[in-house]
Amino acid sequence: MANPVVAKRKRKSDFLTALPFMGPALIGLSVFVLIPGIRGIYLSFTEYNIFRAPKFIGLDNYTRMIADPVFWNALWVTLEYVIINIGIQTVLALFIAVLMQRYTRSTVIRGIILLPYLFSNVIVALVWYWLTDYNLGLINSVLDFFSIDKFTFFSDVTAMPTIALINVWRHVGYTALLIFAGLQAIPKDVYDAAAVDGAGEWRTFRSITLPLLRPVLAFVMVITVTGSFQIFDTIAVTTKGGPIHATETFSILISKTAWGNNEFGYASAISVALMVMLSIIAFAQTKLLSANQSDMDR
Amino acid sequence: MHNFTAVGVREAGSWLETENIKQRKKMKVFKRAVAIAAVLALPLGLSACAPAAPAAEGTISYGLWDSNQLPAYKQCAADFHKANPKITVNIEQVGWDDYWKKVNAGFVSGDGYDVFTSHLAFYPEFVNNGNILALDDYIKRDNVDVANTYQPGLASLWTSPDGKQYGLPKDFDTIALFYNKKLTDAAGVDMSNLDWNPTDGGTYEKAIAHLTVDKNGKRGDEAGFDKAHVKTYGIWMEGTGGGDGQTQWSFLAAANGWKVNDGPWDTNYHYDDPKFQETIKWWHSLSEKGYMPTFAQQNGVGWSDQLAAGKVAMASNGSWMTGSVFGAKSDKFEPALAPTPVGPTGKRASMYNGLADNISASSKNPEAAWQWVKYLGSAACQDVVAAAAVVFPAIPEATDKAVAAMQAKGVDVSAFSVHITDKTTFLFPIADKKSKINDIMNPAMEAVMSGKADVSSLTAANDAVKALFK
Repeated sequence: MANPVVAKRKRKSDFLTALPFMGPALIGLSVFVLIPGIRGIYLSFTEYNIFRAPKFIGLDNYTRMIADPVFWNALWVTLEYVIINIGIQTVLALFIAVLMQRYTRSTVIRGIILLPYLFSNVIVALVWYWLTDYNLGLINSVLDFFSIDKFTFFSDVTAMPTIALINVWRHVGYTALLIFAGLQAIPKDVYDAAAVDGAGEWRTFRSITLPLLRPVLAFVMVITVTGSFQIFDTIAVTTKGGPIHATETFSILISKTAWGNNEFGYASAISVALMVMLSIIAFAQTKLLSANQSDMDR
Repeated sequence: MHNFTAVGVREAGSWLETENIKQRKKMKVFKRAVAIAAVLALPLGLSACAPAAPAAEGTISYGLWDSNQLPAYKQCAADFHKANPKITVNIEQVGWDDYWKKVNAGFVSGDGYDVFTSHLAFYPEFVNNGNILALDDYIKRDNVDVANTYQPGLASLWTSPDGKQYGLPKDFDTIALFYNKKLTDAAGVDMSNLDWNPTDGGTYEKAIAHLTVDKNGKRGDEAGFDKAHVKTYGIWMEGTGGGDGQTQWSFLAAANGWKVNDGPWDTNYHYDDPKFQETIKWWHSLSEKGYMPTFAQQNGVGWSDQLAAGKVAMASNGSWMTGSVFGAKSDKFEPALAPTPVGPTGKRASMYNGLADNISASSKNPEAAWQWVKYLGSAACQDVVAAAAVVFPAIPEATDKAVAAMQAKGVDVSAFSVHITDKTTFLFPIADKKSKINDIMNPAMEAVMSGKADVSSLTAANDAVKALFK
């Protein structure tokens, strides 16, 4: 009968010892995530313009959201961005990483590849906004010089792909380096064996590189997809959600609803919807990640 | 009664400053002392019933968004401090987008600007939310002649529907055509007296067409003009202008006899009026003809850079842009101004917008804030602003000085002031729920201007706007 008591005491003292170590992180988590998060969920059930006290209105914000075409538009626009951004970025990054792995060890090249990531998002967006301008931009001037028709990069159809590609340009180097690190971990003898068996470049990539890289790729995807869903700065300094809602992603819509219209209750409801979606996606991806330990373990 | 109590509090406040007590604990004791002092001072105040302003002191903060005007207002603040050594004004300038977020955040935290430059598009919501102070008591006490000091009509822009005055006018702006004289001279176009109608566009459209040049050098009104490969546009489209069209189309629609509603604060909107819709239809036809960039093509670098780069011959815009446009003069770009065209009404028209300074309701020092607002609305400060030759101050004599100062810089601004002398201005549409109206009108106008919807679709948008007020 003495045992449980001892165990209990031990647990208690463990907790007291752990507290100072966890303290700083717990404070940060509560102040910046938990308290605002819970308050945000509460506000999503209220009408709140930040000047007067919030008024509880039940599910009104959510019924309004489901009937709001602007909300559904934001969902499609965000998905369009994520698919173009992540799709192209991942394939390109993989390609660059494999090239680096197979053909060069130069740190200078690695540095150059990482360079765009070192610029501020806002500066990258503004510089590309100028480069792609229809009348004054360098790209259209070059097209015009070769008598090729100029291209409108920011019409209601092309604006979202343009912005997605600008961010591919900025992030591809960073993603490539992450994948490159994963490639370094693949033992060289596997490649030697493949070479002895007479496998070509493509066959080696498909049957060795890709399967052994799966855990790293899954990790990269979790990071980039979650970040991609929250796209804000590039749009905020270029199209600001236009033309005709074409680039009005969730983050832009939330910021407009809250700070533009002072509808903080409704904006909270949209934020909760985004949070739920991101949780589902992150959960699915983590499952994918843990279900796929490297094929090297087999 | 209320005022006299305030006198006591403030006098006690000056005592505090000399004691230099700043710690919070002491502050609490002090506050109690102030309350007692205030009560004791009450009979004194009553006997000394003088209309003079109570002594104000302390430091107040002042916000504005236009960096071009910052030097002039810094000068005003320095002069003000010289005249009122006990009050210090800290000026902060923040760009337009962030400025309004900061102003709103300041209302919530209570630590915002004491005084801030306000805009007609936003102040109705500030009034509704009780964020800003009505100035009537101060105006009465200090005998400020609001009705007769400023350019006619400007003070009324800052009066709420229940007759309260929220700001003293500081400046105003009107609309004109900015153009590149190098291009109009080469084309032989006279910009001085254009006329316009929504059917064939009048001499205004003729000028725009002739100024448009394709990459083979053919002009917009010549046979064989290639509208798919335009090198220089006749006129620029700067966004759609949403529901106001301040710089884009309001001067045309109004010259066509249209009004957005039946006066300030009115909720009966007229976006369904054929006079409005035919104006927009004509305006959109310019980009269909290749005389103006399409909506997608204009999305990017702003109009003033396009004008300075010679990519466009003219653009309509507001007087506040004069300084930066004329500052961009180069071998390719000779900036000049022309009045907006005369419309079917037989007159020109220009939206008349004016700024004023508001006092935050959360200001901890409203008396000092009022002294600064009063100074900003006075000839002393407006003459300084006039000398900077950036905007037109609201006091007529200061307006004249600003016009002279701009003339001295070689900029003829009569295209803006002609609207004041000819009385052809109409007021900026002041309305409650402005941002929600914008949420409806911006995408609706973007759909029309990018050719996705007919102008008749604006009737549905009008219904949606009117539904906001039901």
